[in-house]
Amino acid sequence: MEKLKSIDDFRELQQRLTADRDLGIPSIVIPAGTCGQASGANDLIRITKRELLAKELTEKIHLRITGCHGFCEMEPSVLIEPRGTFYPKVGPNDMVRIIEAVARGETLEDLFFLDPVTGERVEIKNDIPFFKEQVRTLLSRNERIDPIRIYNYIENHGYSALARVLAHRSPEWVVKEIKASGLRGRGGAGFPTGLKWELLAKQPNGRSKLLVCNADEGDPGAYMDRSVLEGNPHSIIEGMLIGAYATGATEGVIYVRNEYPLAIKYLIIALQQARELGFLGEKTLGTRFSFDINLVRGAGAFVCGEETALIQSIEGKRGEPRQRPPFPVRKGIDGKPTAINNVETWANIPVIIESGALEFSKIGTKNNSGTKIFSLVGKIKNTGLVEVPMGITIEEIINRIGGGPVGRVKIKGVQTGGPSGGCIPAKMFDLPIDYESLTEAGSIMGSGGMIVMDEKTCMVDVAKYFMNFLKGESCGKCFPCRKGTQRMYEILDDISNRKGTLAHLDLLKELALAVKDTAMCGLGQTAPNPVLSTLRYFHDEYIEHIKDNRCPAGVCKELISYSINENCTGCLLCLKACPERAISGRKKERHAIDSNKCVKCGACTSICKFDAVDVR
Amino acid sequence: MDSKGEKSGLINLSINGLDVSVEEGTTLLEGARFMGFPIPTLCHKDGLSPYGACRLCVVEIGEGAKTKLVSSCTYLAEEGLKVRTASSRVIRARRMILELLLASCPQSKTIQDLAAAYGVRQQRFRQEYEDCILCGLCVRMCEEQMMAKAIGFRGRGENRSIGVPFDIQSDVCRLCGACMYICPACQLRCTYTEPERAICGGCENLTPPCIEKEQFDDMMCYMQPCVACEIKKD
Repeated sequence: MEKLKSIDDFRELQQRLTADRDLGIPSIVIPAGTCGQASGANDLIRITKRELLAKELTEKIHLRITGCHGFCEMEPSVLIEPRGTFYPKVGPNDMVRIIEAVARGETLEDLFFLDPVTGERVEIKNDIPFFKEQVRTLLSRNERIDPIRIYNYIENHGYSALARVLAHRSPEWVVKEIKASGLRGRGGAGFPTGLKWELLAKQPNGRSKLLVCNADEGDPGAYMDRSVLEGNPHSIIEGMLIGAYATGATEGVIYVRNEYPLAIKYLIIALQQARELGFLGEKTLGTRFSFDINLVRGAGAFVCGEETALIQSIEGKRGEPRQRPPFPVRKGIDGKPTAINNVETWANIPVIIESGALEFSKIGTKNNSGTKIFSLVGKIKNTGLVEVPMGITIEEIINRIGGGPVGRVKIKGVQTGGPSGGCIPAKMFDLPIDYESLTEAGSIMGSGGMIVMDEKTCMVDVAKYFMNFLKGESCGKCFPCRKGTQRMYEILDDISNRKGTLAHLDLLKELALAVKDTAMCGLGQTAPNPVLSTLRYFHDEYIEHIKDNRCPAGVCKELISYSINENCTGCLLCLKACPERAISGRKKERHAIDSNKCVKCGACTSICKFDAVDVR
Repeated sequence: MDSKGEKSGLINLSINGLDVSVEEGTTLLEGARFMGFPIPTLCHKDGLSPYGACRLCVVEIGEGAKTKLVSSCTYLAEEGLKVRTASSRVIRARRMILELLLASCPQSKTIQDLAAAYGVRQQRFRQEYEDCILCGLCVRMCEEQMMAKAIGFRGRGENRSIGVPFDIQSDVCRLCGACMYICPACQLRCTYTEPERAICGGCENLTPPCIEKEQFDDMMCYMQPCVACEIKKD
């Protein structure tokens, strides 16, 4: 790779790359992010490479390996361009057929996506309801880019925002543009990004300034940052370069958790390529502007996603938050002014510069512009990453994109914002998704986790799960957070074990409010949210646990019992499945469960085909 | 007064409705204590860096609906700040923290006294008998005043503890006893050399008295060998 010595060099390269593209040739696109690889995308890639070579098709069919496209439920999937044919859950044998069909210019109808709602087969990717209802500004770029090829990024308008800014715009203009776009931090708190940059730009000169990309995504069930890092690492580098130009920062750090090996690998490659081509390092594209980025790997503490803890961790100290103020923008890494933004925020920057602040602010609502990626998981038909404009209602995400509940069980609520977020009940699903509405409802936007729960999810158990997570992941520095999360867990555990009293509920609430009020950092201040929001919206469930010793969802083991009802056909399946031999009965006779032997493992419920096991 | 105050680097703020001028860089805790408003602390000691971990020193800042609680030991005085050191919200928070402390470390005289002062007469959690509240005073004492860095924190969350690496006697520990001296949870326990200040005197009542034993084996004493014993031997 030859270093680009000027902005004109870059434009020439970009033009050449774009001109060389032959859009007529069909491409097989295989998403191979972590989710794709886990479900077998690597096998598909191997088969495709072998088949293309064996059948001498390498000139006629192109292969592109990309990051995750978002429909994780259907991995490993294959997309055929330019038509946009989408094949979900492709097996190794299907792959061979697909390649043959592509070579003949045909499609395979039996492998098309089967819409679970209408029961019809859908060929084109963008016609599938899951994709159709989304506004995929960031995620759609994942489809077009091979993350380890910088040329691929450049030919898809990559780095042109940077080139334009360097050539024609002043740093002040960039800050103004980001402010005008109304972009707010996608890490969860929603601080206006433009304002943060302005504060950093105003810090006295002479001291070097730093930019940080916070890629320490630790919420259980959330992985939007990972997909951006794996699918489009250069967009983050470009975003940080533009940010550095606007704020006068000279050094950048990407803090990524070590649990994302693929993201780290792609980032290292991307940084190396960007340096070789002359984007990073001394004198970007021959201008007077210089900026370089280091990669720092996190050691696995959830709290290091909190910005002051993240700074300590980058400095090589224990990852513990410290009291703000002083805010990092005044005193950050090694005492230097530091601006920390989330992965998604950085990825949005080139988009804003490309399309203009006005266009960007048209998406979404007034104070919440742009799109947000959510990871939609849980008891829902279509799970995966969804990118939607801000201000869309929860209802739309869950029913139109998510496809509604699995089976006949009704959806009860949705948990947003990870461990620090709260549960929103189904009756409030017309709530628009923006920072203010969610906070008012007792939850938070967070980084974008969205866990859908149905009637078979116990809310006490959910709160208990998150408290268990937080009592281990609190750094332990400040007393109310450390002891408070332990005590909240203890009380919730008592409630789920027949030991709860009504006085416990008052104590729980009092404690939760005190922790919220007194904890030092964001983790502690939001840690009681799961408890407070479930207490607020699912109070009856708590009362039922305590007064009637009953878990309505059938989850809390101490409060439930298993029995076999008249649906039983006497098939012996559960009898064989029971690890404790607690089920007795003969063939074609109704079985019975010995409650003394039963360990409530649920093996019989999951194996029964006739709905004959009651959990009460 | 205002313009004069600004020139001389003074910051004007209001503490409990009283106008106060303090030097730049003064924490709210120092300012309030200077004015005679008591604020309880467990993890703060003059001469050690502020830490903000016990959260007992929280005060309410701001006005109207946008008030919040901050730890006064780490918060620097700001121009025009309105501070309340004993509002109902502050007291409620402190009482809950004290209740949590009592539930975990009921034997500490310091915590008992504080709880009594705030009218906390019961704790509603499951009783635990821990000794350390992880205030970190000993760690900072060892590092900042004794220049030893012999002890430090390990683990996180519920597994956080203070100790020496690998649980073996540290080479840099000089057995100075400063960590014991400064500990708010145990400072009033091991006071054999000043028996009149001891709360339990348990060590004297042991048979044989612990002073005659090789070490304080079963006592709430963290030193091996014990400073008190060493002094007595000399």
